Amino acid sequence: MDFGAGFSLIDIRPLTPEITMICTGLILLLLDLVVKKKEAIAVLGIIGTIVAIFATYRLYAFNETRSIFLEMFALDGYANFFKIIFYINVILTICISFRYMKIEKASIGEYYALLMFATTGMMIMASAADLIVLYLGLELMALSTYILAGLMRKQRKSNEAALKYFFLGAFSSAFLLYGISLTFGLTGTTNIQDIAGLVSSLSIADNAIMHLAVVFLIVAFGFKIALVPFHMWAPDVYEGAPTSITAFMSVGPKAAGFAVLGRVLFEAFGDMQIMWSSILVPLSILTMAVGSIIALAQTNIKRMLAYSSVAHAGYILLGIIAGTTDGLISSVNYLMIYMFMNMGAFAIVIMLRSEGFQGEELEDYKGLAKTNPAAAALMLVFMFSLTGIPPTAGFIGKFYVIMEAINAGDMYLAITAVVFSVISAFFYLRVVMYMYMNDPKETVILTKSPSMTFALALTTVMVLVLGVFPSVLLNLVRSSIIS
Amino acid sequence: MLVPLSWYIILSAVIFSIGVFGFLARRNLIIMFISIELMLNSVNISLAAFSHYLQVMRGQILVFFVITVAAAEAAIGLAILIAYYKNNPTIKVDEINLLKG
Amino acid sequence: MKYALIPLLPFIAFVLNIVFGRNYIKDRAHWIAVPAVFGSFVLAVSAFTDVLSGNVININLYSWITSGDFHVTVGFLIDQLSAIMLIVVTSISTLIFIYSIGYMHGDGGYYRFFAYLSLFVFSMLVLVMANNFLLMYFGWEAVGLCSYFLIGFWFHKKSAADAGKKAFIVNRFGDFGFGLGVILIFLTFGSLDYMQVFGQAGSLLGQTIDLFGYDVDLATLICLLLFCGAVGKSAQIPLHVWLPDAMEGPTPVSALIHAATMVTAGVFMVARCNPLFNMSEIAMNTVAIVGGVTAIFAATIALVQNDIKRVIAYSTVSQLGYMFLALGVGAYSAGIFHLYTHAYFKALLFLGSGSVIHALHHAKHDDEQNMQKMGGLRKHMPLTYRVFIIATLSITGIPFLAGFFSKDEILWRAFLGGELGRFLWLLGTIAALLTAFYSWRLIYLTFHGSYRGGEGQEQHIHESPKVITVPLMFLAFGAIFAGYVGIPPLFVEHGDKIGEFLAPVLGHPEGHGTHVQEFFVMGASIFVALAGWIVAYTMYLKKTDLPQKIGSLFKPIHTLLFNKYYIDELYSRSIVQPVLKASDKIILAFDTYVIEGIVNGLPNLIGLFSRKFRTVQTGFLANYGLVMAFGVLCIIGYMIFVR
Repeated sequence: MDFGAGFSLIDIRPLTPEITMICTGLILLLLDLVVKKKEAIAVLGIIGTIVAIFATYRLYAFNETRSIFLEMFALDGYANFFKIIFYINVILTICISFRYMKIEKASIGEYYALLMFATTGMMIMASAADLIVLYLGLELMALSTYILAGLMRKQRKSNEAALKYFFLGAFSSAFLLYGISLTFGLTGTTNIQDIAGLVSSLSIADNAIMHLAVVFLIVAFGFKIALVPFHMWAPDVYEGAPTSITAFMSVGPKAAGFAVLGRVLFEAFGDMQIMWSSILVPLSILTMAVGSIIALAQTNIKRMLAYSSVAHAGYILLGIIAGTTDGLISSVNYLMIYMFMNMGAFAIVIMLRSEGFQGEELEDYKGLAKTNPAAAALMLVFMFSLTGIPPTAGFIGKFYVIMEAINAGDMYLAITAVVFSVISAFFYLRVVMYMYMNDPKETVILTKSPSMTFALALTTVMVLVLGVFPSVLLNLVRSSIIS
Repeated sequence: MLVPLSWYIILSAVIFSIGVFGFLARRNLIIMFISIELMLNSVNISLAAFSHYLQVMRGQILVFFVITVAAAEAAIGLAILIAYYKNNPTIKVDEINLLKG
Repeated sequence: MKYALIPLLPFIAFVLNIVFGRNYIKDRAHWIAVPAVFGSFVLAVSAFTDVLSGNVININLYSWITSGDFHVTVGFLIDQLSAIMLIVVTSISTLIFIYSIGYMHGDGGYYRFFAYLSLFVFSMLVLVMANNFLLMYFGWEAVGLCSYFLIGFWFHKKSAADAGKKAFIVNRFGDFGFGLGVILIFLTFGSLDYMQVFGQAGSLLGQTIDLFGYDVDLATLICLLLFCGAVGKSAQIPLHVWLPDAMEGPTPVSALIHAATMVTAGVFMVARCNPLFNMSEIAMNTVAIVGGVTAIFAATIALVQNDIKRVIAYSTVSQLGYMFLALGVGAYSAGIFHLYTHAYFKALLFLGSGSVIHALHHAKHDDEQNMQKMGGLRKHMPLTYRVFIIATLSITGIPFLAGFFSKDEILWRAFLGGELGRFLWLLGTIAALLTAFYSWRLIYLTFHGSYRGGEGQEQHIHESPKVITVPLMFLAFGAIFAGYVGIPPLFVEHGDKIGEFLAPVLGHPEGHGTHVQEFFVMGASIFVALAGWIVAYTMYLKKTDLPQKIGSLFKPIHTLLFNKYYIDELYSRSIVQPVLKASDKIILAFDTYVIEGIVNGLPNLIGLFSRKFRTVQTGFLANYGLVMAFGVLCIIGYMIFVR
């Protein structure tokens, strides 16, 4: 079948993973009307994701680069690697939300469907080779997560989180559009590859308007990855949203934000590296500082992890700032590791939530080692990893981004990162202190489920294995990105 | 009579700034919402103008997408607003600070 | 490559027991742990035979971190030194694991005990087999961690929990120095690999480093920093205070970790770094003096202690002093030889005392460790008594048992070591006298005389079960025959097999003496061993009122010794108490001192900022928008004005 110039049904094949995810989401929406047991829907969601994973793997060789739809949609190692992050992220999210959503009385089918849609949005972002596609993916992701954040309609906190996220999110997409519009106006194209060529051939790399466009794009992406000062939404939304969604949001949109940030800055504006890295340097220092320092005063663990997530964005940015392929590799490597340790920590937070018990306060962790030694031990592993203590994976992540900062000559940036990393130890290890050195106030009953056990086992094993055998992941990242 | 491109761009910038100002200065959620729409539409103006002057269709395609997305955004935004309003009947931003610190 | 399994087998046992122990394995934990550690032993023997036939194995398994010129590899070096250590660690571990089946039977944390013990063996093997300093450091910290866990194994007992903390804190001091030493090595040599570092050791000669305006000899500085770690881990003066308290842990732990293996890690490390230590005479003399002084100092404390395990603990400190003495005079192989024989007889002493405690536990339903409340156990526990006698003969250096050969070698090497050496020899010989006295005192108080524990308990005392006594017999075998690998050339030509075996790594000790001198040294040590025995015999069997009289006659000295020179009190007053008070003031909720300081001092300051800054997050949507817009303006301003 030929639909005209440059388009045939065969061409749709590279889109199979995205189509699978969207269809799964739609099927889930329909099934929600007839199926009473929402767990079945969740299982179906996982199955759909696994099919999509299969599609990603089997369609083309993993590292093969091709772009379709008139160069609008790229299928390369970079995109595929990010897609793996999104797949694991969504599977882990579903696993940890089985029991949780029931306790929150928000066990509705839309939840899983929206997770699928948001993930599809991220996948489109990762593959976007054109700013239009990028915008659409970003909006698909954003609109779905706005709803997810406010899913607990009866709770004011959740309502408020959704409200704030929505307004600030819409505000930031206006900046994104303005940036796209200026870029389009200057170069006459929205294709990322073409922009790079035109920036150099028109020699507009020093054009003030061009700079403004890049600034606006960085602002919009910075909002998604919660860079200071565009992070203001993060603590409030992370605290108010359902915990499983907080976990989902702290990894997915952040990773997607980095995916587009990396692609746009490296591919489209590679010539302007000095300019954008000089903007990102103060932003990353601010991000690490604000995230690490304010986290210390928090008493709510979700809020604390929100600031921690802000701080981690600062570390991940170090690799981007370096502006080299190795730098990008270290950042992507960090993102993967960050997903496992952060998801693990949130899984424990979710386990503390039970009928009639919020379990969100740091105080609730007092004496956890005495009442639930296994959970406390796992939390200890995740906290160590988030701090960056060897031999956990968190150390490897931090080590490589800091190493890249040093290699790029940003010695002071590396030192700043180390200093704030040490400061961050205070609030991470405080959780450990509470768990191991205090007596329990009340007996905390954990909400366990097989899927939760699976999620915890996977995250723990990955955090430890990647800490001991980091080269496995690093080589995978390298081979995907260099392709 | 041909209107120069810069006029469109200046108009777009002005409307965008009005939108930003509205978002920051007004305390009514609905007005803030409308300000965001203003910002989006200012971008549409500039996109359409660029598209016309550069004779590249991409800009206008993006305009259509922006309009579509803005519609979806409006639906979701208002839904969130109504959900909020049901629990806490106010649309003044100054009264919304349960989450802070 | 199969030798990678040596540490991995215990690690697998650890993982299985810790993950499945609570719900599935429970009191079958030994079915996993014992075969694993026995497997390690078998592999260790095969590695040893490999090395014996001349193959030194040095392989890098994989590189952990590679970034530019910075490589961190995980790799193993099995040479003569580590082969001997492997045999010691795995053989004693196997026996103690079997012993633990009986000793820990019925304990609530049975699986946990085997998990930690397996983790310890893994860490110790990594420490021993490492081929670079970083991996060794990893093992070093990991064995420490296991040791704290196991000391505080009965954490509901406050004294045990406190002892665990004490060990942790005291070791921080030593490990800090060790860490600095490793960093300094990296900065100096640009590598942490043993082969590369030791290969360039010669270049250290004459190098100095500027330290607070003083020119300090680089080799001395590195060696002293490394030795700091050894002092902490091997409980030498002044960081010896944690080891006697560590006896709060279960007895198998005392035997394995606090007598036979972990505490000797310091000795192993110094021997391993011998190319560095050879570069600095000051460092060598420090090692020798610290060792000699510790040997005699700990022995004097042991004279008057009443807790059976504490006596043996001080004896361990004293024997470790001997080993450092040997290392310090350049007789590395003698030090390692003593490490090896000591492991057997000291493990035997500890397990024997464990057998006694176990028996009394069944009779009294309470842990009794006070020797003054024992006595007359000989008839009830004939086997334990016999192995105890063997161990005591061995440690006191009665000819032709294991301890005799190694101790004699050390004293002989010290004697040859110039003026300082002579002095240290004197210290060592006096310490040997004291050793003989307190060892026999222990025997007489525990096994001879009449039972002093209480009415109606005596008939309940029985010999321990087979699973406890069989390992004792194996160890007794070791305590008798382990020394025959190091017969002095005086008796048998080429009898010093172990010295020759270790020579490629540790070199030949310098100095030669005449046969007459050698006989003199040997005679002296045999004489003091017998003298100590006879004194103890008279005081505790014949004239049992004598100890009382002497005690009151030299009351100040007795009190001083009984209170261990008040060193614990001194530390407590000058370091521990102030720290405790300060931290109590900061916040009462947290109850350890060290982490306390870190977790509260600086954070309070940052917390102040933190509480200030968090108010920026007002919760108002409009403010958030304003901050974003302000951020955009700042970036644009930065673009215009700064760039």
